Amino acid sequence: MYAALGLHGCLPHSHGSQGCCSYHRSALTRHFKEPVMAATSSFSEGSSVFGGSANLVTAIETIFTVYNPDVVAVHTTCLSETIGDDLTQIVSKAHEDGLVPEGKKVIYCNTPSYVGTHVTGYSNQVAAFVKFFSTATPKKKNVVNLVAGWMEPSDMREIKRLAQEMEARIILFPDMSGVLDAPLTGKFEMYPKGGTTQAQLIATGDSKFTIGLGAYTTEDACVKLENKCKVKFEVVEIPIGLKATDRFITSLSRHANVPVPDSITEERGRLVDLIADNSKYFYGKRVALFGDPDTLIPLTEFLLTLDMKPVYIVTGTPGKHFDESMQTLLSEKVPEAKYKSGPNADMFQLHQWIKQESVDLLIGNTYGKYIARDENIPFVRMGFPIVDRAGHNYFPNTGYVGATNLVIKILEKELDHLDRNCPDEKVEWQL
Amino acid sequence: MIDKNDKPKNADALIAELHEFRDEVITKYPKKVAKKRAKSIVLSDGDKPPQIQANVRTIPGIITQRGCTYAGCKGVVLGPTRDIINITHGPIGCGFYSWLTRRNQTKPVNENDPNFIPYCFSTDMQDSNIVFGGEEKLKQAIREAYELFHPKTIAIFSTCPVGLIGDDVHRVARHMKEEIGDGINIFGFSCEGYRGVSQSAGHHIANNGLFKNLIGRDDEVRGQLKYRVNLLGEYNIGGDAFELERVFEKCGINLLASFSGNSTIQKFENAHTADLNMVMCHRSINYVAEMMEKAFGIPWIKVQPIGANSTAKMLRKIAQYFGDKELIDTVEAVIAEEMIEVNKVLEQARKRTAGKVTMLFVGGSRAHHYQDLFEELGMTTVAAGYEFGHRDDYEGRSVIPTISIDADSRNIEEITVTQDETRYRPRKTEEELKALEAEGMEFNEYHGIMQQMEKGALVIDDLSHYEMDQLIEKYKPDIFCAGIKEKFCVQKMGIPLKQLHNYDVGGPYAGFQGAVNFYKDIEMMVGATIWKEIKAPWESEDYVEASFAY
Repeated sequence: MYAALGLHGCLPHSHGSQGCCSYHRSALTRHFKEPVMAATSSFSEGSSVFGGSANLVTAIETIFTVYNPDVVAVHTTCLSETIGDDLTQIVSKAHEDGLVPEGKKVIYCNTPSYVGTHVTGYSNQVAAFVKFFSTATPKKKNVVNLVAGWMEPSDMREIKRLAQEMEARIILFPDMSGVLDAPLTGKFEMYPKGGTTQAQLIATGDSKFTIGLGAYTTEDACVKLENKCKVKFEVVEIPIGLKATDRFITSLSRHANVPVPDSITEERGRLVDLIADNSKYFYGKRVALFGDPDTLIPLTEFLLTLDMKPVYIVTGTPGKHFDESMQTLLSEKVPEAKYKSGPNADMFQLHQWIKQESVDLLIGNTYGKYIARDENIPFVRMGFPIVDRAGHNYFPNTGYVGATNLVIKILEKELDHLDRNCPDEKVEWQL
Repeated sequence: MIDKNDKPKNADALIAELHEFRDEVITKYPKKVAKKRAKSIVLSDGDKPPQIQANVRTIPGIITQRGCTYAGCKGVVLGPTRDIINITHGPIGCGFYSWLTRRNQTKPVNENDPNFIPYCFSTDMQDSNIVFGGEEKLKQAIREAYELFHPKTIAIFSTCPVGLIGDDVHRVARHMKEEIGDGINIFGFSCEGYRGVSQSAGHHIANNGLFKNLIGRDDEVRGQLKYRVNLLGEYNIGGDAFELERVFEKCGINLLASFSGNSTIQKFENAHTADLNMVMCHRSINYVAEMMEKAFGIPWIKVQPIGANSTAKMLRKIAQYFGDKELIDTVEAVIAEEMIEVNKVLEQARKRTAGKVTMLFVGGSRAHHYQDLFEELGMTTVAAGYEFGHRDDYEGRSVIPTISIDADSRNIEEITVTQDETRYRPRKTEEELKALEAEGMEFNEYHGIMQQMEKGALVIDDLSHYEMDQLIEKYKPDIFCAGIKEKFCVQKMGIPLKQLHNYDVGGPYAGFQGAVNFYKDIEMMVGATIWKEIKAPWESEDYVEASFAY
């Protein structure tokens, strides 16, 4: 659902019973404090037994008649997956019945909730964009595709800004900026200004290179795009922190064939300056973190750049890449680190580890605050969902500016904690 | 305090226009959809409520507010009880999304009392569990939960795939009860999301489960013997139950159990020793009220402790029921004392709220209850409706015999309850009940939302996004009440939205203190400065368009 919102003029559609759709819309709304529109097939017991074809066909008619999106992006739930609804067949039936108006599109992907996590669903939707749109013509253009992994609209905005500073020609997809950080204007826009356009998505087939940001969320799309349109690709991490941003900028510079301007080198220098000035607050500090693998991998690396010690790291998303990356990053620098991924890697496990030996900092989504409170640990909110604070969709965590934000957040939390917990005579008035 | 002179000057004119709404709004829909929606949009008439179509299946693709049966069962009814381990049997989503997302607060009496509310328990089904069945994993989950937490009770909640692949949660529950022993109570709910048409089916399934597995298991009469009551359908959102507990205690009324805000298993097990049941949320819990009356002889009355006057009314009803001079006097003294602050705050708030217009589209009861509070604030409700109310919630319980259960809801279990042979005890004799009724008390009765609303006001069941958009566009209410999914859509249009599910993380709103909180919050919202700053100065300046002549 989140990925589908990054396509301009698109209405996500949940093919299952309506509870899922309500929950997903609510979760995204609580995180972004923004409208999150999506429709559902509203399965009843009958359709669960005899198939949800009629529901989806009715939904397609109702949606185009009432809400008039350019694209309906259908995803599935454990219900329609378990009963084995054939989306290809159902959508072609809707076409045959003349329910998809001229110039409108219905795209779809399968997202069984008993496989992987929300990260997997995001990846499937992004790959579906390639499947339904990307088209190769004989004319390649000097454009680099940037496939955005699961990050905030602010991060996408920051990535576009960096590309603009570099004068690199890019197509970013999906792009939630302008959708999930839209202004209040007095008018509700069901399809806000933002989002990658269909024309841009089609054009991705003619780009000369693709950079995927985050292996878990974008690699499938990159591979698909290469197979379909012969666009070579590289997958780098989401540019969180110094080194991941370095790699992103280097890759973009190389593949878009543009130099890195001084303005960006200076941003980098300011970040290095800030870290150097405050090393003593980072060195050797034990950190526990949890979240999505594409965020945790560069974040762990960044914490190591700060000389912090990421000691406990869990992600509920299964996959070898996470374990291998952690092994590479941590085996020398923090040999005592514990990390775990997949269905049994949860916050209960993390809490138990923290109880055995505590940490100086916790980084994760809102649910972390119960652990932070129980154990009196400074807590930085990062990831999805963050429902108890505002503005995270306005300020980036990516790029050098994002890394600067992140360093400031960590410092703020640590110092607030220190000020509140140290004895009176130890309260300092300077940094 | 409610003064009809406060009615907004434009309210009558506005209400006179509303009849056009239905005819206009349905023209946008495909023909079949229009036909269905037309039956769910009616003009209120309190004296002679028109028939509304409710509790029917949602139209695919219409963008409904509704959730599912699992949400109604696990999320709403059983979720708030702190010492039960609720295991969601399904893939991770259902458990995750119902993890701490409803604000049913709870407060253990002692530090070491169990409290599982901050946790989310799930079997986290994987594809292999779909293929080979998930019963073994569920058993393992129950074993682990027991070993780690030693709960007295474990409940299992089925999600969509469970019913399809044929996992039998009830059999697993029986099996594990025997295996673990130790007096543990384990039971399952077949609350798959596709059952019924909304959360409502989940309430019914949960009610049946409460009655079969918990209510009546503990006969010991504890605490004071007088004024023993239960409050049914109160989920302690934002501390509502805490405030009501405070008020009851002050009056000397012995609240045995809230179903299920700030509750424990033991309170459910013991609830049948009460002498009066009060139903707050009629939709979600009327089944338990009916069953308890039939089995144990406890009469029930509808109460509505949302709004200061309404809370006073509830207390007076309880006093009247017990007919005890001492209680009547205490209740009056408490009301008088509580109303001092209420009136002070209300007077202040009304300067900004009186004469304003509101619309409410919330779940299955608050769209009605909160009209009391808005009346106190001098505001008129011109449109209201439920996500998943039944006809009786709209038209009153008198229509129940005429409600036909359609194919989509037919498979919701109906349990037959008979008079309990040993424990049935009529709390009042026939004559006593008759006498109370002659004084105006009503038992087993709820008149529905329409009785309260202005004649001609709009009543819409299962409001769609499009209908909401049109309501706001056409009638520009001063405040709109709904939930999180609607909030930011409406606010983008420049209209403040009060969330009446989660109270925008405010509350409590029940009882006297709740009324005070609500008055202040609405005063803040309808008068907030920011709503006048939506347009940038250069957008609203007049400028003259002209061209140079050469």
